[in-house]
Amino acid sequence: MIARDQQTNPSFYALLAVLVMMAVGPIALMFLTSLRLNVEIMSDGAGLIFLPTLHNYEKVLCDVLWYSPQNVGRCDPTFARSLGNSLVVGLTSTALTLVVGCMAAYALVRFRFMGRDAVSLATLIMRMVPPAVLLVPVFGIWTYQFGLDGTLAGLILVYVAMNLPFVIWILQSFIVQVPIQLEEAARMDGAGPLVVLPVIRPGLAAAAIFTFRIAWNEFLLGNALTNRHTRTVPVTIVNSLTEYDIDWGVVMATGMLLAIPPIIFTFVASRQIITGMTAGAVKG
Amino acid sequence: MQAANVNRLTPYLFLAPAALILGAALLYPIGYMVYASFLNWNPSQRIGEADWVGLGNYVKLFSDAQFHESVAVTITFAGVVVAAEMVLGVGLALLLDRNIRGLSVLKTLFILPMMIAPIVVGLMWRYMYHPTVGVFNRALVSLGFDPIPWLSESRWALTSVIIADIWQWTPFIFILSLAALQSLPRSTLEAARIDGATGWQQVLHIKLPLMLPVLVVATLLRLIDASFKVLEVILVLTNGGPGLSTEIVSLRHFAYSVRVSRAWVGCCNVEPAACPPPRADAWHVCLQ
Repeated sequence: MIARDQQTNPSFYALLAVLVMMAVGPIALMFLTSLRLNVEIMSDGAGLIFLPTLHNYEKVLCDVLWYSPQNVGRCDPTFARSLGNSLVVGLTSTALTLVVGCMAAYALVRFRFMGRDAVSLATLIMRMVPPAVLLVPVFGIWTYQFGLDGTLAGLILVYVAMNLPFVIWILQSFIVQVPIQLEEAARMDGAGPLVVLPVIRPGLAAAAIFTFRIAWNEFLLGNALTNRHTRTVPVTIVNSLTEYDIDWGVVMATGMLLAIPPIIFTFVASRQIITGMTAGAVKG
Repeated sequence: MQAANVNRLTPYLFLAPAALILGAALLYPIGYMVYASFLNWNPSQRIGEADWVGLGNYVKLFSDAQFHESVAVTITFAGVVVAAEMVLGVGLALLLDRNIRGLSVLKTLFILPMMIAPIVVGLMWRYMYHPTVGVFNRALVSLGFDPIPWLSESRWALTSVIIADIWQWTPFIFILSLAALQSLPRSTLEAARIDGATGWQQVLHIKLPLMLPVLVVATLLRLIDASFKVLEVILVLTNGGPGLSTEIVSLRHFAYSVRVSRAWVGCCNVEPAACPPPRADAWHVCLQ
């Protein structure tokens, strides 16, 4: 090991640095742009030196700030409202998916009966089925049969369904590793199957992050199933993109707000995320 | 007796919520769609009133010249993107498969492009491709070159879209390949080294063949994603244009779905095909 370390050529560190630059560069650029006024963005003078301002964020969040920002003009509550909608949809669908997914995964592991292969198959199919094909049928059924069109509940239902196969599948692989003796001991002490939960915490974390990410980032179904009041952030962003005259500062600030939760998750739990990503492909 | 019954029912009780949700929100809509694809279904009709036309819709689809063009764009896009990502991702993984201290940092930063919303990825690239204030054209102009019409000319639009996708998804291949490389049996590599295999021979005859299953899976996953799923980034970047130059099949399907849905709720009281294409700033179906 030490010998290999010594072989490492400084040029590899240079390569690493370039790769890091390329991966992070566009995101950093978005962040810097969100701190500039639109007038400044569109002016000819480029340059990295500028006076950062929170004006764009104030404009986006004007409705929920505890103080009234100056120079914002008329306050447009769309962004703040969609941020609230996104939070509700993201958190609720994550919580629901985890609860329902845990129950199903537990049943599939601890009780031997048919249906286990069906779950792996469903996971695989869901991985293949593009969300776009759900658009028309889901829109029609939600509107004419379930009466869920334009509600957050309708959106949450789709997201839970979309994520369940993967969540069940990944939780299964964690529950299998919990020794049955643990549960038997717990039953002696009068505790239920809930004792497995602390043991499979890494699995729960991975499942929660993947579900939240999809619910938080999803655009297509959010676009089809929401109305003016229930729109989520990705939908709001796309709708604010006009052919000309985009207020880049504000759009970038909104994009940044949308990107912050996934970025935080990445730094906190990159190990679990990589496990979730490579599971299935590497281990078979 | 009763306890035994309860025990036998338990797994089904545990599974019931999941089965209910999956059935109602996944299987039912998909089945509905498959069924409706055989109907001559006008959005103003109830589904029961529609006539059965068998494969008529498919025949119509496959004889549509625009659909052909879309398929061609999709094949070009998916082929180029997956080939480039495989070469870059696997190459980087082979190069960096050693004990470098910064590697875990790189892996963490590398998953960022996949974690943030595709819509936001599209935004960032649309800004960078901006004809006057984007970084690329600024750099070109300050170096004395002519600016490039990244998104506004069909010659360049597909290239621009491909570059953005490569940026976003090469890390995926890299991380998969690295995981595969690091789980290779050490003894085999050891044996090869003792037998005097050079670095290249190790790569060609040992590492790549042993990684093959993972590489096949990765290629398939990316091919499926690139041909059928990735559409948000393109939607934000070019909206399929100019012309049809970047309209991959999934984007075409999305645009058509929005028209159908609009016709349904009465925003547009004609055949979906005749509904005006939604503008980039008004994608949403006009609910209420």
